[in-house]
Amino acid sequence: MPLLLLLTSLAFVYELIKFIGGPAISIDVSLFGLDIHTIWRPPLKFRLASDLSMPHLWDIIEAFGKPARRGGPILLNELSVAALFTFREAFVGFILGALMGLILAILLVHFSLLERALMPYVIASQTVPLIAVAPMIVIWLRAGWISVSIISAYLTFFPVTIAGLRGLKSVHPDAIDLMVSYAATTRQVLFMVRFPSAAPYLFNGFKLAASLSVIGAIVGELPSGISGGLGTVILNFNQYYISGPERLWAAMIAAGVLGIASYLLVHLAEFLLLRTQPRGAEVKS
Amino acid sequence: MVKVKNEVKVALRGVSKIFDSGSISTKALEDINLEINSGEFISLIGPSGCGKSTLLRLIGDLLQPSSGEIQVNGKSPKRARLDRDYGIVFQSPVLFDWRKVESNVTLPLEILNIKPEKRRELARKMLALVELDKFENHYPWQLSGGMQQRVAIARALAFEPSILLMDEPFGALDEMTRERMNALLLQIWEKTQTTIIFVTHSIPEAVFLANRVVIMSPRPGRVSEIVTVDLPYPRDEDTRELEQYFELITQVREFIRSTETVNFSVPGEIQWQSEKA
Repeated sequence: MPLLLLLTSLAFVYELIKFIGGPAISIDVSLFGLDIHTIWRPPLKFRLASDLSMPHLWDIIEAFGKPARRGGPILLNELSVAALFTFREAFVGFILGALMGLILAILLVHFSLLERALMPYVIASQTVPLIAVAPMIVIWLRAGWISVSIISAYLTFFPVTIAGLRGLKSVHPDAIDLMVSYAATTRQVLFMVRFPSAAPYLFNGFKLAASLSVIGAIVGELPSGISGGLGTVILNFNQYYISGPERLWAAMIAAGVLGIASYLLVHLAEFLLLRTQPRGAEVKS
Repeated sequence: MVKVKNEVKVALRGVSKIFDSGSISTKALEDINLEINSGEFISLIGPSGCGKSTLLRLIGDLLQPSSGEIQVNGKSPKRARLDRDYGIVFQSPVLFDWRKVESNVTLPLEILNIKPEKRRELARKMLALVELDKFENHYPWQLSGGMQQRVAIARALAFEPSILLMDEPFGALDEMTRERMNALLLQIWEKTQTTIIFVTHSIPEAVFLANRVVIMSPRPGRVSEIVTVDLPYPRDEDTRELEQYFELITQVREFIRSTETVNFSVPGEIQWQSEKA
């Protein structure tokens, strides 16, 4: 509901900007047998509100139903196929990154020496510009779309590691003492106490990771020349922007929808798994 | 009536504990000598910093002594812990929100690899003992503080240990609930015949529950006095109105007062956390 409200407001503001500062609109109306022709000239002139920079929303929507290139499928179909291709890369990247992040978090929580040693490098890893790293990974691996998944995993593992570390450490110290009093093994403490305690924190990390995995997949496609995904589609429509600006905007909307859909999938998983726990579980001390 | 056997259940000889954190060295306990017989209910009481919680944790092998010898059930504390000879209850119930009440109680039984049917049977039995048998399928956060603590007690007794260690379990509860819990605890003690070592800050609680009150003094932690409480069991609300009860409370209070010294130097923070974690 609030999302719908937000989208409608954004659409309204978008068209309002064009109305105030965009190109002139010529209106031809037939009223009571009289033909009326007027031209609305906007009071202000924004360079950015031209039809090239900001295509009308209805033009963008119309573009979904038309083929992007002569004789090709309609844009909606082309974008859907590309989005699914990118989704597969992002999904595999998410799983890989989440697993890596989880394993790293488990190691760091059990060996505090490792945590102090590795943390700076873990954080530094995220400062490397992905666009520079991506082509290297593609060339090294020569594995097609899986290389993009690796790139996506690179962005994904970090929030999972941080959230996992925080979650695994969030256990009440008396709870650990309790497990010690039961002579529980480290493995039992991990699976029976630490993981369930960490679940709310982990899902926060997963939600972030889901969005990042999509970004990683799209960005990873760009310099690697992997065709078939949204990245290459965006690149293509960017190159030929002038001959059809609506197509690029449509592609951006598709990318946005993909990102939101990924986030919602994780949200759904969280709802199914954690609905028995009280709200604000992660705020408990 | 609980029969106190003439058999030593827990013994401490010359036990001391020093905490070293960086440059600050804190002597939490010095030269503790104590013998607790089977079936007794012992209260440990003293002002803050007297080491009573540390003492409890030493008995439970959650901390190791710096010197001296501890025997639990004739074994080392570590052996007793590995044999699961005791159950422990902390001030915070530490129940797990993702498990229902019943599976919170069966948690230690799962670790012991006891079969599911037997686990349920034991959990039901213990929950009935703490008068929470209707609440098996609730979640901990749906219960009040007193009820959560009762679940924690049921959990501590789940594998029927012969010793129960309790670290200010009713400290976070209001006075009325605390008095009701005291009465319930005495009933449980009578039914299970466990040896109970109970740390508390409350003098009336210490006197009401125990057959012996061990008074400790701080800096360094020492056993300064042991008061025998010869109020008759079973004890109830009427016991709280006996003159002897008040006399004993005054006696304990005066012992505690006499050991308190004005001290301007505050030692470093004592860490309770298990050295095994």
